[in-house]
Amino acid sequence: MDWTLYIYKTIFLFIILLVTLLVAMYSTYGERKVAAFMQDRRGPNRAGPFGLLQPLADGVKMFMKEEIIPLSANRILFILGPSIAMTTALLTGVVIPWGGMITIGGREFSMQIADLNIGILYVFAMVSIGVYGIMLGGWASNNKYALYGSIRAASQMISYELAMGMSIVALVITTGSLSLHEIVQQQHGFHWNIFYQPLGFLLFLTCAFAETNRAPFDLPECETELVGGYHTEYSSMKLGFYLFAEYINMFISSAVISTLYLGGYNMPFIHDLGLSANAVTLLGTAFFFLKIFLMIFLFMWIRWTLPRFRYDQLMNLGWKGLIPLAIFNILATGVIAYLTELF
Amino acid sequence: MQNLTNRSKVVSDKKMTFLEKIYLPAILRGMSITLTHFFRKKTTINYPEQKREFSQVYRGQHVLKRDELGRERCTACGLCAVACPAEAITMISAERKPGEESLYREEKYAAVYEINMLRCIFCGDCEDACPKEAIFLTDRIVASQYQRKPFVYGKELLVEPLDPEKRIDISARQTDAVRKFKENKKFAHNK
Repeated sequence: MDWTLYIYKTIFLFIILLVTLLVAMYSTYGERKVAAFMQDRRGPNRAGPFGLLQPLADGVKMFMKEEIIPLSANRILFILGPSIAMTTALLTGVVIPWGGMITIGGREFSMQIADLNIGILYVFAMVSIGVYGIMLGGWASNNKYALYGSIRAASQMISYELAMGMSIVALVITTGSLSLHEIVQQQHGFHWNIFYQPLGFLLFLTCAFAETNRAPFDLPECETELVGGYHTEYSSMKLGFYLFAEYINMFISSAVISTLYLGGYNMPFIHDLGLSANAVTLLGTAFFFLKIFLMIFLFMWIRWTLPRFRYDQLMNLGWKGLIPLAIFNILATGVIAYLTELF
Repeated sequence: MQNLTNRSKVVSDKKMTFLEKIYLPAILRGMSITLTHFFRKKTTINYPEQKREFSQVYRGQHVLKRDELGRERCTACGLCAVACPAEAITMISAERKPGEESLYREEKYAAVYEINMLRCIFCGDCEDACPKEAIFLTDRIVASQYQRKPFVYGKELLVEPLDPEKRIDISARQTDAVRKFKENKKFAHNK
């Protein structure tokens, strides 16, 4: 038994969990600030310096709220909904390579919790289970608006997961691996996949917006039509879990996008700086987080720019726009890969 | 028909071109607009720290003036209460006793003078009605309270302090034009 490895993994797991929660917490703050700035306002600035304690205040508020479970709701499923949403959101972080190898006490450890050889498929599985949280929650509420929200969530997931999967197929053709670790390794230096798969990146990005239920694809909650969408009947920390899961999803999908297309923890010219191995790894991780934060900012930027799609427009874009493009992308990538192998 | 603005556009349902169909240029343009707003100066005023300047003739919390010798000007004639459209003013008058000449200007004074700030609509009619130039509206804001009771302001809150340093400045409202208006004998209360 390799106890040091187990201890390292456990500690690292907790660190990742905490970082995920922290980033998600401050994403709520960031979201409000970004929204405010784009509307010529100031945003939260009362709780602590620059309003930095606002997420804590919000958290305390959420815990103090009255807990309401509607009488006509299915109790078990009603509680299960937010739990699934939160759990699956947190589970995805396991396969993401947060950094290279780090040396502690003469031993090399990987800054990735589990290097699955089917890492991408695992991410997809978790995202797909995540929609059950929304579906069950909306359905169990026994409320027409909540049900509408969950039906929309389900159909949106099905439509956009197809295009997302197909854009990944093209990526897998170029990389030849399903392991996230290996995909990052191949993007060493400046050989980022975005340059080889620009169309795939665009498709994946669009689908990631849809999968995380962010604007302009936030039809499942759609407050102007559906009150609160799938979380209409939720209150207190169960509502908090749903809202929090959305931000965790945003963080994780930013991490996945950075890993797959933006080179992960690879930083160009990092080896020319003449730093020690550990410093290089940590700097790479910092660079990775910088990419993630930029992606999160992009998520917010898009949200406060674009209006929400209408339902038929959403379906049109998904089935008539993205899927044909994704198929074309696979074909083009396949042909090019075949020709380069031939000559 | 004449256009109301020069920004009106004729709407057509023509087929979208390829560039319009892929949305991306439009999205990028929208994003550039939001980004310019991101760095623009904020319009918000941080209220408690930063206060906006009031108008010179702002009508806020009332003051009951004293004259140069520190005597209350109000004689409890009741004209302000009659003029008040919201019926926010009540008063009880009393006769000045010998030895109180330094406190009250005339033989009659207001023993109780109350303004219900929840009823008051800050129209300034009391100020217009007053023949003694005793009541004025100032640029102070009526503070918020948790109960209704404290909103009924008595004399202790309305009468200005005796200390000449702490007198409430109402020169912006008590202009020459106002004084002339008060001397106009056409108005019944000035006769």
